[in-house]
Amino acid sequence: MSVYYSKEHEWIRVDGDVAAVGITDFAQAQLGDVVFVEVPEAGRRLSRGGEAAVVESVKAASDVYAPLSGEVVEGNQALVDDPALANSDPEGAGWFFRMRLSDTHEVNDLMDADQYKAFCDSQ
Amino acid sequence: MTMNREGRPTRPEAAEDAGAETWTGNRALMLEEPLLFEIGDTRTTGVDIEAVGEGDDAHLAGLRRTRPIGLAGLSEPETVRHYTRLSRQNYAIDLGLFPLGSCTMKHNPRLCEKAARLPGFADVHPLQPIDTVQGALQLIAELGEWLIRLTGMHSVAMSPKAGAHGELCGLLAIRSALEARGDKREVILVPESAHGTNPATAAFAGYRVESIPANAAGRVDLTALKARLGPDVAGVMITNPNTCGLFEPDMIEISRAVHEAGGLVYCDGANFNAIVGRVRPGDLGIDAMHINLHKTFSTPHGGGGPGAGPVVFSEALTPFAPLPFVDKIQADGGDRYILVEEECVGEHHGRSFGRMTAFHGQMGMFSRALAYILSHGADGLRQVAEDAVLNANYILRRLEDLLDAPFAASGPCMHEALFSDKGFAEGMTTLDLAKGLIDEGYHPMTMYFPLVVHGAMLVEPTETESKAALDQFIGALRHVAERARAGDTSLKAAPFHAPRRRLDETLAARKPVLVYREQDTAEAAE
Repeated sequence: MSVYYSKEHEWIRVDGDVAAVGITDFAQAQLGDVVFVEVPEAGRRLSRGGEAAVVESVKAASDVYAPLSGEVVEGNQALVDDPALANSDPEGAGWFFRMRLSDTHEVNDLMDADQYKAFCDSQ
Repeated sequence: MTMNREGRPTRPEAAEDAGAETWTGNRALMLEEPLLFEIGDTRTTGVDIEAVGEGDDAHLAGLRRTRPIGLAGLSEPETVRHYTRLSRQNYAIDLGLFPLGSCTMKHNPRLCEKAARLPGFADVHPLQPIDTVQGALQLIAELGEWLIRLTGMHSVAMSPKAGAHGELCGLLAIRSALEARGDKREVILVPESAHGTNPATAAFAGYRVESIPANAAGRVDLTALKARLGPDVAGVMITNPNTCGLFEPDMIEISRAVHEAGGLVYCDGANFNAIVGRVRPGDLGIDAMHINLHKTFSTPHGGGGPGAGPVVFSEALTPFAPLPFVDKIQADGGDRYILVEEECVGEHHGRSFGRMTAFHGQMGMFSRALAYILSHGADGLRQVAEDAVLNANYILRRLEDLLDAPFAASGPCMHEALFSDKGFAEGMTTLDLAKGLIDEGYHPMTMYFPLVVHGAMLVEPTETESKAALDQFIGALRHVAERARAGDTSLKAAPFHAPRRRLDETLAARKPVLVYREQDTAEAAE
């Protein structure tokens, strides 16, 4: 199991051909208190870079993009019911959706933890 | 001599405890006010109406109420007091300077109110016979003529109800024009310095929105814009003066490039107040622009109904303008005003994209706006723009030593001054400063917009403030800004003196209570 990061401030935990996706701690700190979350339904096809979910904080509404291509296995209903999880445990219980990847090689275009940290520092 | 021994003390006596809690929760003239439903319950009525017996419901198509509708039963004095008390907890332009950037909260002259209340304008119905509303139609036509002249454009649609509605009107005209030439373009470019409604409007009109970055001087990055233009770009939506309070000096060049690439130019005219009488958008190559009558022409923000956001068009877009509109014709040896609607469009207006609204627009706003224009005259309107810009620059220069003004070095601002939170002590935010300003008796400025600077504070004083009023506001803002820079943590708990202390916006958004239910209230009270 490996964790990757995108330039859109998403983390992607890959286990075989299934990936869990959420927003990073850096992202939740920038967004402020998250008040509303919309996650994709199981079965929805996602293409890399396309809109996948919505996260709304007191400051702004943002799209969460699909970091990889594939099909949604499950959206996190617990997060929809309690959007505060995106703030309190962004890289754990605050995951957004899980997806089955159509091309596991796409992960090579993502960043690892060190690269992502350097990316955030440069922002 | 006779002596009245019943006199009352007329001097204050020193008392130790000045801040005793009151039994009512009221603080003298600051009155606590319950909800409507807590004043009057849903089982009684405040109005004495005869009981309705079993009767004829033929006039209601046989429909009848089967259960109570749950309205609070208040008497007239209870209702009047409720809303009057609530209004006293609010801030208004009639109370003081209202520095809300991008909103142009200027004084609403009472002369305009008087004109709007004339029965011939106030009491007309949109379905009245045309012969009986010639004066009202003349007023709409004359206001339209002024807007065309002031903007240097070709035609005007008076019916859109507000700024964003006007934006939609402009984009629908752009889309119609492109479709008419068989051109299916899908992208609208919106610079970062544009108003927040622009991308929303473009998306609503069915376009894909792409952002164009701002350059270091807070203007549109011309190189980036030109690089993005192409056969898929329907147009750009540009705000000028932009929402950093800066004039876009490359506007003519931008329009030329967009037109060369086959696109059209929409201008958000929300900030027209800064240039009215000085710059004609038509000379800048703009194809469509809305005008917020409640900003530039000082109709009230919220005037007992919708506002008005007329849209002016270039010659290229004029054939696609929405219906209806007022036309002046010669008949019986004099002027006569007619409404051009679907039934009577000639070949000249056959390509209109349709209607934005059921009727002709918001009469109460039109009469106020025309009264404003006529009472100022062309020279007065020019002075409006000059004074608005002067006031904003006075604020910019009096504060730039204390508040970071990211674009101040690039020269004068237009009608509004933009500051950032740079220089605040660790942990202190723009929100804290805004709450501190409430304690000083001011409505805060626009916060956290535009997004191009961190912790943005956008201050628009408008031309109607005197130097004394500006100086007092500057003094208050400097005082609060110094506290934010010094890390005065008491600012974190502000406001202290408002009817309510700092509200939990997160809780309100996560658990909104939008409908009154007696059961919920009972549970909350437990």
